[in-house]
Parts: sequence; C-alpha cells; structure tokens
Amino acid sequence: MSLSPHSMIARRPETPSQTGGPYVHIGLAPQQAGFDIFDHNFGNVLTTPETKGEHITLEGRVFDGTGTPVRDVLIEIWQANAAGRYAHPGDSQDGHTQGGRTQAREIDPTFRGWGRTGGDFDTGVYTFETIKPGPVPANDGGTQAPHILMVLFARGINLGLHTRVYFDDEADANAADPVLTGIEWETRRDTLIATRSERDGKVIYTFDVYLQDTPAGGHETVFFDI
Amino acid sequence: MIIAAPGAASGEFVERDHTQHPPALTPGYRTSVLRSPRNALIAPRPTLSETTGPVFDPRELGEKDNDLILNFAKDGLPIGERLIVHGYVRDEFGNPVKGALVEAWQANAGGRYRHKKDRYLAPIDPNFGGCGRMITDENGYYFFRTIKPGPYPWANSTNAWRPAHIHFSINGTGWAQRLITQMYFEGDPLIERCPIAKTVPTLDQLRSLIAQEDPANNAPFDARTYRFDLTLRGRRATFFDNITLPGAPR
Repeated sequence: MSLSPHSMIARRPETPSQTGGPYVHIGLAPQQAGFDIFDHNFGNVLTTPETKGEHITLEGRVFDGTGTPVRDVLIEIWQANAAGRYAHPGDSQDGHTQGGRTQAREIDPTFRGWGRTGGDFDTGVYTFETIKPGPVPANDGGTQAPHILMVLFARGINLGLHTRVYFDDEADANAADPVLTGIEWETRRDTLIATRSERDGKVIYTFDVYLQDTPAGGHETVFFDI
Repeated sequence: MIIAAPGAASGEFVERDHTQHPPALTPGYRTSVLRSPRNALIAPRPTLSETTGPVFDPRELGEKDNDLILNFAKDGLPIGERLIVHGYVRDEFGNPVKGALVEAWQANAGGRYRHKKDRYLAPIDPNFGGCGRMITDENGYYFFRTIKPGPYPWANSTNAWRPAHIHFSINGTGWAQRLITQMYFEGDPLIERCPIAKTVPTLDQLRSLIAQEDPANNAPFDARTYRFDLTLRGRRATFFDNITLPGAPR
C-alpha cells in the first residue's frame, strides 16, 4: 500500500440536472402558464426607455430534429450593457483603452442585462427587448465581439443548453472573436450569428436555434460546455 | 434595480463534471430523442461572460413569495399535506452560495399543475398556485412552505407515473452555475421506476435528488419538514496572476 495522505481536498459533486419539464412556465414565467401570482415578474423586457445603447428586439424559434418548433421552450439571456460592462461585482472594469483612447465602462443603472421568456405556445416564437451589448474583454487581453449568452430549458432537455448570439453586422469583430474562431468547424460558426433587419422602424435580430440537424436543411446550433 | 453586492466571487468556474449529469440523449425518456444535440459540446476557456451572471435583490420579491400555502390562497387554504422544505445551497468546495435565486414549482396535492397546457383530470386547487421563490441568506440557506405534490400520469408510456416532485431552479453567482433540477421525496417507490429520474447516470447520484425527512425540524401541529441541499459549481480563486487554485476563498 502506498503512503497516501489523509484526504484534505473535498470536491462535492454538483447536484445532477433534471429537465425543466413541460410546465417550467409555472415556476419561471407564471403569467405565461395562465395565472398572476407575483407582484414583480421577471420577463423578456431588459430595458427601460432610459437604457443606453441601440435598442433591439432579439427573436427567433427553437427547432427539434424534425424541424418542429419547440413551443414549450424557456430561454434566458445574459449580456453586457452598451459600454461592454456586466452588472456583476466580478466585472471590475472602470475603463479600457483602445486606439489610445480610454473609454468609460460604467454600469448602467437601468440595465441588469438578464431576461427570460417562453416560446409562444402557438408559434414557438420567443422575443426579448434589449440593447445591443458592447464588446467585452477576452482572457488574453484582447476583446470579444458583442454577444449575448443564451441558455435553453425544455421538456426533453436534460441539462440546460448554452449557446451564444453574435451579430451579423459585426463581421470584423466576429472574425477576431476567440470563442467564435475557436470553433474548429468554420461552417458551424454561422449557427451563432443573428441576422439584422428592420420592421416598423425597429431593429430586429433573428436568431433561430436548432437542437439537431433537420430534414429541411437546418444545421444543429453550436452548444457550449461553459 | 441593479445592485452589485460586494464580496461576490469572481474567479472562473472549475470545469463541469458531466458524469454527474444526465447525457443529452436518454432514449428511456422519449422526448429527449429529438431534442438532444448530436454534436459534442464545445468547451472554450471561460471568459468574463460566463463567470459573471445576474444579481438579484431580496427586495424584488414579495413577502409571501416563499409561502406556497398562502401566496395564491383566495377563500381558503390549499388541500394537502402541509410541508416545509429547507436546506443549503453550497458550491463544490462547501462554500455557501449567498444571494442565490431559488425558484420552485410543483403540481398540487392531486398531481395537477396550474398550467394552461395540463389536461390531467385531477382538479385544479382554487387556493394553490404552485410556485414560489426566495433568495439564499449569508449561509446559503433557503426555506419555503408548501403542500405535498401528488404523483401524476404522463405520456412517456401508457402507464407512466411521475413520482411526487418539486422543480428547483437556481441562479447562483455566475452564469455557469445555472441549474434546474427536481427534488423527490424519501420513500417514494415511483422514483426508481421514473424514466426522468433515471436519466441521472447512477442510482447513487439520484440519491442526491431525494429530500430527507427532517422530523426534528417539523413545525408541531402545523407542518412536516424535509431537508434538501443543493451543490452548485465551485470557482477557482486567483491568488497570483495566472495562478489559480481551487476552492478558495472561504
């Protein structure tokens, strides 16, 4: 027997995940389940009229392996504000220097940067009212392209699926983004790019998610182990 | 609306141990077949985006938000066994996760959800909503009061019954800690037969989803108590530039 020390390192196992199930809305979006219980509801509008930055709508659908919309999906997003700062004590950026100029990166008191919503029970469409985030720091001192983090829960999804939303009008920044370019298969990177359009004077970014390849040619979205 | 609590950890999370979680594709749980990605997950080095996450303030919640017995009561009390569920949210290194948003939802005593898509013939309870929420204290502690949910049939097969369970959603101190799971009740024979419970890789791991009866903490002549602790991912702490060690600070 080898002389091993008494164990001083205890890493407890993470609690196992279970599906959110078909009635996830009761807990996380009760108004969508059909009743009103809380005075304050968490929802899909991340902004107020005062929130700084370009106001956008992020919308899309989630598809299963047959191409059928996942109408019971529950989606949450997390993002930086327009200055590229997260409303979290772990983000201690005051300013950053780019091209010799220092730009302030202040917290926007009107913007938490987090929201949640379910897909529409008829169409499967989800919608967030938010702002386009600024670029945020990467690990190597460089910069990440503007992006929104997204996690999906639903019946049949055993562990929440994490992905990222990038923007198609940020081609140069996307080409330099370490996470996006770290995806070995260039053809799969496109699954993370939202498409910009305008409707009734509002800026819309469309971001569809494919849980699997579909017979009609949908390509499975890149999901991350974060 | 934005409150950045001082002192929250900022190190990156230790990589997730996927052997602790169900795989995406679990054919015994049939709905997973068409909803499970076929490609491997991609694991970039965590960035500021994943180590941060939403911060919640207790003032955003209402006084009765963690009292499922009263938070939807209209003209009486909900039918069923009165229960208290309590426990601690900690990370993998035993540190309390304070300020975590814990949300819980469940069926009523008859196994029926207050949800427009639930068509089970058991009746809606007019005095029971079935959802609650709370924020953990300095010690990672949470508690709520409810009634015991009933088992109910579901369409995985023609005679499949879910064990009594309460759904839990946890937002910890960072995006990568996000977790949704389910709590079962000690002694329920349906757990071992449930295709969803059994998506967890081993029966020993499944034991960590079973709440333990906690009679010493019963509320006498009022409610029975169950204990359910949760473990979220832990962070590495940065001691020196480019050198990180797991588990600190305490």
